[in-house]
Amino acid sequence: MKSFTYQRVTTPVEAAAAIAAKPGAKFLAGGTNLLDLMKLQIETPTHLIDIGRIGLDKIEPTANGGVRIGALVTNTDLAADPLIRKDYGILSRALVAGASGQLRNKATTAGNLLQRTRCPYFYDTNQPCNKRVPGSGCAAIAGFSRQLAVIGSSDACIATYPGDMAVAMTALDATVETINPAGKTRQVPISQLYRLPGKTPHLETTLEKNELITSVVLPAPAGGTHIYHKVRDRASYAFALVSVAAILFKDGTGRIAVGGIAPKPWRVPGAESLLPSGAKPFSAKLMEGARPTKESEFKVNLVERTIALVLKEGKS
Amino acid sequence: MKNEKNPPLDRIDGRMKVTGGAKYFADFAIPNMTYCVIVGSEIARGTVTNIDIKKAQGAPGVLGVFTHQNMPPIPGWDAPPSKQADGPPPKPDTEEKYRILSSPKILFDGQPIAMVVADTYERATYAASLVKATYSKQAARTDLDKHKKDEITPKGGDYARGNAKAFESAPVQLESEYTIPIEVHNPMELHGIVVHWTGADQLMIYAKTQGVNSTQQAMAQAFKLDPKNIHVHTEFMGGGFGMGLRTWPQETATVAIAKKVGRPVKLVMHRSQMFTTVGHRPYTAQSIQMGADKNGKLISIHHAATAETAKYEDFTEATVNMTKFMYDCPNVSTRYRLVRLDRSVPIWMRGPGEATGAFALESAMDEMAHKLNMDPIEFRIKNYTETDPEHNRPYSSKHLKEAYERGAEAIGWKERKNEPGVSKEDNWLAGYGMSTGVFNAFRWEASARVVLNADGSLVVQSAVTDIGPGTGTALTMIAHNVLDIPFDRIKVEYGDTSLPKAPSQGGSAIVSAVGSAVFDTCTKIKNELFELTTKAGAPLAGSKAADLSMENGNIFLSNSPSKKVAVTELLKTNNLPSIAQTADSKGSAEQEKYSMYSFSVHFVKVKVNALTGAVRVTKAVSVADSGRIISPKTAASQMIGGVTGGIGMALTEEAIIDHRFGRFVNNNLADYHVAVHADVPAIETIFIDKPDPIINPMGAKGMGEIALIGFSAAVANAVFNATGKRIRQLPITPDKVMQQVS
Repeated sequence: MKSFTYQRVTTPVEAAAAIAAKPGAKFLAGGTNLLDLMKLQIETPTHLIDIGRIGLDKIEPTANGGVRIGALVTNTDLAADPLIRKDYGILSRALVAGASGQLRNKATTAGNLLQRTRCPYFYDTNQPCNKRVPGSGCAAIAGFSRQLAVIGSSDACIATYPGDMAVAMTALDATVETINPAGKTRQVPISQLYRLPGKTPHLETTLEKNELITSVVLPAPAGGTHIYHKVRDRASYAFALVSVAAILFKDGTGRIAVGGIAPKPWRVPGAESLLPSGAKPFSAKLMEGARPTKESEFKVNLVERTIALVLKEGKS
Repeated sequence: MKNEKNPPLDRIDGRMKVTGGAKYFADFAIPNMTYCVIVGSEIARGTVTNIDIKKAQGAPGVLGVFTHQNMPPIPGWDAPPSKQADGPPPKPDTEEKYRILSSPKILFDGQPIAMVVADTYERATYAASLVKATYSKQAARTDLDKHKKDEITPKGGDYARGNAKAFESAPVQLESEYTIPIEVHNPMELHGIVVHWTGADQLMIYAKTQGVNSTQQAMAQAFKLDPKNIHVHTEFMGGGFGMGLRTWPQETATVAIAKKVGRPVKLVMHRSQMFTTVGHRPYTAQSIQMGADKNGKLISIHHAATAETAKYEDFTEATVNMTKFMYDCPNVSTRYRLVRLDRSVPIWMRGPGEATGAFALESAMDEMAHKLNMDPIEFRIKNYTETDPEHNRPYSSKHLKEAYERGAEAIGWKERKNEPGVSKEDNWLAGYGMSTGVFNAFRWEASARVVLNADGSLVVQSAVTDIGPGTGTALTMIAHNVLDIPFDRIKVEYGDTSLPKAPSQGGSAIVSAVGSAVFDTCTKIKNELFELTTKAGAPLAGSKAADLSMENGNIFLSNSPSKKVAVTELLKTNNLPSIAQTADSKGSAEQEKYSMYSFSVHFVKVKVNALTGAVRVTKAVSVADSGRIISPKTAASQMIGGVTGGIGMALTEEAIIDHRFGRFVNNNLADYHVAVHADVPAIETIFIDKPDPIINPMGAKGMGEIALIGFSAAVANAVFNATGKRIRQLPITPDKVMQQVS
């Protein structure tokens, strides 16, 4: 780990102002991802701004029947919240399908959204990685790619977005709220939060420099049956090979987002009109343009199968 | 010695372990301590052309940066290896020699190229990141499958009995290939050592070793010291699984560096370094040819295995041995080969080669039973043998048939359908599988000292390290069974070279070896007490020792219990502050007439998701036929641990190398998947618990290895029963299953 300075702030505005004042600074919330990356010198901030005490830790109903989740609400608290469990079941299920109890106790809502890929070549600082060192190349494409992206990737990067929570939030049509150092706030639909890698895989989100996520807003409950099914290499504490977040309605319609297969939670709203026709046509549309490697080819099939499982479960 | 089942005794160190009272090697803090961090090679083969240590040397708190250019010498490196059980000695016939930090040559990924010492661990870690090496890189050969043609035949050779061509005319034939990946022990506790030169030729070492005497011997040899001047302490170990069975070069280097730095040094390795420098279970490719007649009688088995090893050392294990003696089969041959790769050397990992071999043999037995349309247990019983067909001698004891019966009953085997792929439960395919495990039961030499104090308390001493199985608890039970001193008056001291010599904790051999020494020593004390009781003028003068018994600290006439004397009274009247005895114990020539093995049977029930390929073990039953069980509670824990490791071996564990670079891509506990709680169902352990009359006075055989050996085959066999598809490459991950099951 490289030496860094540390500062604690008390309000969101102060946090955004503090980061603007220090080039090379980063926000520190739960630290479950950032500190690991700092130990490996993949992240080398010169200054940490601890936002753990700026509030933003409430889950509150919104005026139009939805719910606002503070950026610093822990994964544990969010998963256990009665309102979330009652009306946004996939979110609660996705959260408990991720990480471990200890990590969820520390991990925050905004931090979880911004967690970085688990691509092994991103982690091995001895290997080229366009995400870690822009322009250095990608060791993953011809390498161990079994767990990596099969769609939305590029010739520069096949890393996946590793999380579960954001997959559920994508199916829920969540909106991310932010504040910038000038105190200006804005709302970003979660479908527009993540960038595809293209030629610039080091740019992972559409957040502006020094912008701070303050909350995630879920719209009024959609109803339906909520299913989160995660296929992974062990029964707990493993990243998804494929995960499916589904909200299914009695008439056969629904919304589906898929995790573990792309640089972002993968949802194609245009495909969802095919859901009543079954897993096969829907998956074919959802996975249009898939570009797996030989090692990751099985994932395309696994997506269809997991969706078939989820649709079957939704009917029973 | 009572010849009855032993009561369940709580682990004697359990409370210490869960309250932080147990001190592990890294817990020992010595004033003025410094911290060492290893810099590993970033390539798997080539040469370090330049290594820049200036920045590291100038970093805050740095006391030394050691590379091949300035490493202090290790004077005894090339002395002949000791006879201690401290791992396979370097073989002179290998192409390369590995001597840590002695040459710029790189023989494997992660090979230490520098060791950095600083006043804190954090500063050492940071300084280590400043060491920059440039290399002349060569293509690394790390993929066994690609380099099988380069195989060598290790010592020991091939085995054959009967007709080599019997397979060709066998009415029912099976030919299958199996692979197991590299597995890494990954105990919770990181590897390392604490070194303190307490004088010019005096060493105090807190090690992570499975044998303090072994470490003592290795360091004495390396530094040309009298072993008496080296004090090694390892009372507790946070998991060994075999990786602590030898002294690794970086430990020896730390001793040399501590001398140079002139301060105590602590080395705690990084998790990623546990993948490259402390051994692993080698990648092994196997094939089996099996022939049977239509009634299910085995005609022939040929079992071949090819395993990876290092360029600089041949590591061999008993991968194909089980096939030689497990079943009644007239024509058996085995073949074992190594391929020397640009990899670090493997080491035994729980159940070692036998677990690898049992996966192949016991999968093949299941495949053959299916071909014959026979129940897998029926097929095994049909080929059961009461004598060892390899050595043509009886087993010292074998109750495997009873183990099959009891395990089958416990898992509900009668619910199993012999036709695969037809049972469903809650939209999942359901199946049952079973397998057999076997491991040598040893009787190694060991010694012990036992002190009976005037207050009636007992101290049992042995240098043996308890790596977790409950050795201290078992020794307490053995001492209690001889002297009938209450459990809470018995104290066991272990894990220190100041105590009587013991073998390394490995090979499931410690209860037999050290337990026998404790038994013999306690018997000596008992005899001495009986002599004091019966000599002229004594309370029971004139009685015969044979007529005496002991219970609860009293000695009495067996047929007249009221005629008794307290042990404390006896010592007092004889003016003895204590009675101390030491005994060496070893097996007898009589044992040569027998084959001594422990046996196990594993049963599992699995469910398989036909769509996603996910496999869940929903029930596990393991039965051990390992003689008298000394400590039922810790033995059951050990069995549960073996099953948990077996589930990992079967379903999740695989260290993956990117062969382009010869480097691991999942060298951490998030990506190397050890089974977690959610993977492990309730495990039922069953002990046959019948004493072995030959092996030792307790009748106890080992059981640490058999808890794991064979288990992975039981899972693979259950997956077959559930799906009709056979997975022959471990681990059985969802993609492998999904691509076979439609």
